[in-house]
Amino acid sequence: MSGQSKLSFDGGWEYAPAPQDISHIQLEKKYGLFIDGDFVAPESGNYFETINPATEKPLAKVAAANGADVDKAVRAARKAFDGPWSKMSAADRGKYIYRIARMLQERSREFAVIESLDGGKPIRESRDIDIPLSAAHFFYYAGWADKLQYAFPGREAQALGVAGQIIPWNFPLLMAAWKIAPALACGNTVVLKPAETTPLTALKLAELVRDADLPPGVVNIVTGAGDTGTALVEHDDVNKIAFTGSTAVGRLIQQRLAGTAKKYTLELGGKAANIIFADAAIDQAVEGIVNGIFFNQGHVCCAGSRLLVQEAVADEVIQKLKDRMETLIVGDPLDKNTDIGAINSAAQHKRIDEYLKLGQEEGAEMYQSSRPVPASGYWCRPTLFTGVSQSNRIVQEEIFGPVLAIQTFRTMEEGVTKANNTPYGLSGGIWTDKGAKIFKMTRAIRAGVIWANTFNKFDPTSPFGGYKESGVGREGGLHGLSAYLSLEPRR
Amino acid sequence: MSPKAASKRVPVAKTYKIYIGGKFPRTESGRYYTVTDKSGDVMANICQGSRKDFREAVVAARAAVPGWSSTSAYLRGQILYRIGEMLEGRRAQFIAELTSQGVASAAAEAEVSATIDRLIYYAGWADKYQQVFSSVNPVSSSHFNFSVLEATGVVAILAPEQSGLLGLISNIAPAIVGGNTCVVLGSESLPLCAISFAEVLESSDVPAGVVNILTGFKEELREHFASHMDVNAIVYCDDEQNSGAEIQQASAINIKRVISRVDRRWDDAENDNPYLISDTQETKTTWHPIGR
Repeated sequence: MSGQSKLSFDGGWEYAPAPQDISHIQLEKKYGLFIDGDFVAPESGNYFETINPATEKPLAKVAAANGADVDKAVRAARKAFDGPWSKMSAADRGKYIYRIARMLQERSREFAVIESLDGGKPIRESRDIDIPLSAAHFFYYAGWADKLQYAFPGREAQALGVAGQIIPWNFPLLMAAWKIAPALACGNTVVLKPAETTPLTALKLAELVRDADLPPGVVNIVTGAGDTGTALVEHDDVNKIAFTGSTAVGRLIQQRLAGTAKKYTLELGGKAANIIFADAAIDQAVEGIVNGIFFNQGHVCCAGSRLLVQEAVADEVIQKLKDRMETLIVGDPLDKNTDIGAINSAAQHKRIDEYLKLGQEEGAEMYQSSRPVPASGYWCRPTLFTGVSQSNRIVQEEIFGPVLAIQTFRTMEEGVTKANNTPYGLSGGIWTDKGAKIFKMTRAIRAGVIWANTFNKFDPTSPFGGYKESGVGREGGLHGLSAYLSLEPRR
Repeated sequence: MSPKAASKRVPVAKTYKIYIGGKFPRTESGRYYTVTDKSGDVMANICQGSRKDFREAVVAARAAVPGWSSTSAYLRGQILYRIGEMLEGRRAQFIAELTSQGVASAAAEAEVSATIDRLIYYAGWADKYQQVFSSVNPVSSSHFNFSVLEATGVVAILAPEQSGLLGLISNIAPAIVGGNTCVVLGSESLPLCAISFAEVLESSDVPAGVVNILTGFKEELREHFASHMDVNAIVYCDDEQNSGAEIQQASAINIKRVISRVDRRWDDAENDNPYLISDTQETKTTWHPIGR
């Protein structure tokens, strides 16, 4: 089998550089906090740098919000909620959200470039996925604003008030859209905290919100690290917390919220199994595995970070996968040919490295592509581990990098048991040509999103969220509305 | 017990047990607490269930999840209906138990009737809530995409203190009609109906382990209900001494779904609604490519 599937790239051909032009983007040297419709300096006067992980060079200085800043933002949000935002007709609220969607589409390339600069993801992904999907989320939820009475039979849908939202660094703008769009459509106002390594597109979104002429205070954006998030979670006048991030932090938030009346949704970690049956279309499955684990450098909570392959085709699948990995270009996120960009931060780079060491110490065999990576910046070659066992930490724990752990199985039951044997339950993938097997498997996998003969697809109409320790609640679609509403009996 | 003066016959008193995995053991701990009637006479030595009883009940509940959650909706509906039928036939027993625990006889009669009616109400939802809450999602790529509800898994229920029968069933029925299994702690002060209800379940084709019922002290057991790693959701109905906050705190250990149903009037018709079912359901979204 070996070698047969391999495409030959030995002819001396190389990809010519295809750099994305960045001259048209506008970045300030320094960003304040977006509170009550304006950028304001932080109370402490402290700023931190956000860097480009592909070059390790600073991009801008960003304000560090403390408790007083968060309080100011929550007050502004409360004032806007009690004032213009509640008094406005639902249809008009919807029109403002539509306006955000449209302006985001108009400025999409600028946002894509900044997303890739700040977070390290390939421009191909920020341009074709992150930004268009963000706009689509605003467009989808805008239309819900004046239709909520049809979403929950027998219930009176009422806004909650002020929503505190904390988002991660892997899909900075998309996560902001996932959080802000449904919150506003349901009539809430928001205070959003972007991740400290990727604040720029959220701040650009703040500019856009200002340009779209939303009433001041409806959207507030406070940048900072973990303590900023803590201040938001603990603020007495916040009615709802929406968090996307690690299970460890989600658990702390759930504990902090104990005894309060705050509603919460948690989108946490995952360790999804991509399950390949012998009767699958193998070439498509290999593409699905690649997309599942190497998309966005593997910085994806629903990544297919475990491969379960049926024994009969294991050698073939692994060989084809290795061959395909050799063709993946790791490098400059702003080159349109790049497949795998920069690891988001030094801290994450270190964490992935530790797992690479750990996997080998646990006795697994590591394979990495031989492609070159740039000298400066944070990079990780596409990596897979074979010879792992179910109890290995690289099988049980979320690595959040381009690292795949491969196991085999014989029977369907064994595949299901292995797939379900982690504390997580966010997503799963199934590859087979048999319809009945798809339905049996999709039902047996304990996870909130199942991709059958595809992987890592997202849409604003499609509910997303986890079982077990992968979180509580759903985002997206009709189901995503309930997280931002109080649903009292209709009298 | 029944009035001794009415007959010379010595009545046969029932030993109240707990209900785990379709069996009726006494608590493994050997502990008990006494429930007395209005005149102070001993009615029963109730099991003071232990953490170990709870853990064994969770094992039974977990083992019952695959079978019960994949039982057809039609059959689940029939089984809930069957519980209602069995309870109807035992009205007198339950009314007597409620009155012996201090409930006025008209109120006891009303409570038993409401309980039966609520079982029939939820029986009817078995093959309907899925259609109310599921969706086909119009994604913009060429995929067929749909979302359905699935049972969360094992649900721990701390039943309401003040409503020994109706409150108990109002929490069990929506959990099990949706394919969950449960471990329930009955009312501490009104425990008789909880155990007698287990006997109804036993004769209603409810598979072993689907409902497990313990008696004991909430203050001792709620922490274990909330912190158990193999429980997916917890329902609580009382919030004395900040216990709600403690439950929420302990539940975070495995990101349990926490459902608070405090300060409810269990005889209110508002407890008849499918959102009590969706409280212990997960939404699963499935994608599959379609040709253009």
